[in-house]
Amino acid sequence: MSIEFALPESIANQTGLTRMMAEQVMRALSRRYDEQEHQRPWEYINVIWPFIQQIEAADLKRSLSKNGGNGAKPAEKKQGTGNLRMIHMIETLSWGDAGIYLSTPSSALAGAAINAVGTPEQKERFLKRFTEGAPKWGAMAMTEPHAGSDTSNIRTTARLDPETNEWVLNGEKIFVTSGSLAGKESNGIIVVWATLDRSLGRAGMRPFVVEANTPGMTIAKLEEKMGIRASDTAAIVFQDCRIPYDNILGSPELVAPDATEGKGFKGAMKTFDASRPYVAASAVGIARAAFEFTRDTLAKEGIVIPTAPPYHTLSAMQRDLIHMEVELKAAWLLTVRSAAQLDAGQPNSLEASMAKVKAGKVVTLITQKCVEMLGPLGYSRELLVEKWMRDAKINDIYEGTGQINTLIVARRILGYTRNELK
Amino acid sequence: MYSFDMTDEQRMLTDAVNRYATRTLRQVYRQAEAAGEVPDAAISAGWELGLLPASIPEALGGFGDYARLTGALYAEELGYGDMAAALHLLSPNLVAIPLLLGGTEAQQQQYLPLFCDAAFPKATAAFLEPALFFDPENLQTTARRAGDAYILDGRKTMVINAAEAEWLLVYANEEGQTQAFLLPAPTPGLHIGKRDHWMGLHALKTYGVELAGVHVPAQNRIGGEQGIAVQQVLNSSRIALSALAIGLARGAYDYARDYAKERMAFGEPIAHRQSIAFMLADMAIEIDAARLLTWEAAWKLDAGKEATHDAYLAAQYAADMALKVTDGAVQVLGGHGYIREHPVELWLRNGRGIAAMLGAVIV
Repeated sequence: MSIEFALPESIANQTGLTRMMAEQVMRALSRRYDEQEHQRPWEYINVIWPFIQQIEAADLKRSLSKNGGNGAKPAEKKQGTGNLRMIHMIETLSWGDAGIYLSTPSSALAGAAINAVGTPEQKERFLKRFTEGAPKWGAMAMTEPHAGSDTSNIRTTARLDPETNEWVLNGEKIFVTSGSLAGKESNGIIVVWATLDRSLGRAGMRPFVVEANTPGMTIAKLEEKMGIRASDTAAIVFQDCRIPYDNILGSPELVAPDATEGKGFKGAMKTFDASRPYVAASAVGIARAAFEFTRDTLAKEGIVIPTAPPYHTLSAMQRDLIHMEVELKAAWLLTVRSAAQLDAGQPNSLEASMAKVKAGKVVTLITQKCVEMLGPLGYSRELLVEKWMRDAKINDIYEGTGQINTLIVARRILGYTRNELK
Repeated sequence: MYSFDMTDEQRMLTDAVNRYATRTLRQVYRQAEAAGEVPDAAISAGWELGLLPASIPEALGGFGDYARLTGALYAEELGYGDMAAALHLLSPNLVAIPLLLGGTEAQQQQYLPLFCDAAFPKATAAFLEPALFFDPENLQTTARRAGDAYILDGRKTMVINAAEAEWLLVYANEEGQTQAFLLPAPTPGLHIGKRDHWMGLHALKTYGVELAGVHVPAQNRIGGEQGIAVQQVLNSSRIALSALAIGLARGAYDYARDYAKERMAFGEPIAHRQSIAFMLADMAIEIDAARLLTWEAAWKLDAGKEATHDAYLAAQYAADMALKVTDGAVQVLGGHGYIREHPVELWLRNGRGIAAMLGAVIV
């Protein structure tokens, strides 16, 4: 163990390739899929799919080995690079285009949940499809019209029908990223959070896997958004949607209501340990796109950042650039740390939330500042800067708003429960 | 790889320095502030930790290798203890580390063993100038070559422990380049002026220094033909300043957090309120961010990579962060934070100094 900041060569090489994709494929499509909301960027999807299949295959293999041969003891934890690899890829793809990146065919959050708490049988049944055939998507359905950050308040129910041994889902989910792609447009999967017993709060919540086009599941609406318009954001209605008993993730046993954390909810929290660094990485990618464009544009006008200038010699523009540059670096390093911890098998919930808070703030600040600094050019739809500002904002909102993640950090550092610090 | 865990050796070192910071420095810092000096015993105890000799190779009398990252680790702990004492304790570094970085072999052999003695070395540097637009690459203090000597003229400020110093490393402008000259003291023309008075750091003895036609032998210019690369010295200063800032901020954050959990208002601890808890959360995030920036810059420099800009950014960030965090700590304590019975006001005053202290500390 030592303190090191060396990017493994294989990740550097991969990032080089990703960069080419971002530059040549994604940037060329950026404006079109921003304007043609709800159309799918197949030019990108078809190019990236073979790479994703490889990653999915490796993830599946690793995840199955963790279960051991027959779901017994997990294998020894050893230092991997999976999450580090992933944040570099996400950062670079988001530098290309965040909306198109979000359209990447992959098991996504559904895969994360299944990998975190699924049985070997579930992993095979639900995730193998992402290693073969046509492009597919996974999605996670948590948010409901009346319950956003307040996830323990969801109302979608799961009821066991003892006659058929099936779960019956009823309720409405909104803001499901890739919901239509996963639930209707491909042979994908959606992990749906539902409650077995509302009186138990979090303890009663469980994730269930619903396969695409299961009767009773309807894609009710595709949202129209401020940014990341290339990304599919769906509302999904479940009406007596029947799924096999074995589609529940984690134990169906319910623990007492006074237990502070239900097992199902812990499962969700575990997926956030990975998904928050991923969102932070995406935020950093967008911020870097805006920063680099602004820096390079100003450089053409002779406004450059010297290496180590005395502060009094700098113009306001230069100070803004330096401020953005270091904030970007800070957000990225926090993100890298949280991903590296996850790879090392260390707890990272605190650090993942720290990264998410910082990156969400930084991308908002940088993209808004870049629009301002570039004047009419920044505001113009001729360039992508205004789009990046619109794309940026979601990063301070989804996977836990900046406020929710600050609350998580605050509780951790103070050692407070959610009753002590609301 | 990316990894954020100290080596066992670094862990042992930081633990030892942390013990010194909490058991020695935190016991004396308030009284030292009132008395205007850090007690010699506290400095001797710090010198016994062997931080500087551990950076000097065995062949030159020390027992280790120079690493900025390790420096950042121990400087953070010292900053956590007390900024004034840390700056005092690290003042010999101001001569030894530039010698390590840029001295000729002969200079290293002649001077570095002096920094491996049991007694605290009386050596310091004169870098900062009392100028509104101070620029380390365009100093107002000048060096003119005259035969086999240099003649130095100019004014310096914030020269730590100048009155007792036996050696002063003076930075001066030689034909547009910043160079460093090792001066024995006393020397004709070298005038140690009055003690400086700062907003904070009252326990740190610093002085204005005037150089009026001071002659120094040519071989006392650090480095060979090329002289010294000032950015290299400044990079080590930026790492040191950042690390001290992080330690200072961490101390203020710890204090404010503990206070907020104990201070009752409206029937419950004020930390139960998001307005307080969120401030503390932001402080924790900013401290970690500054530390990562500093570690990365130090790691890059240790690996021989060009990282002047990284070190510059880290230092900018850390200075801003320290001010924000120490100010936040005063704010969390409210009226009590403004009263000198609590240390947070002192830490805010110390924190303000960091941005103005480039070159006053090196690891």
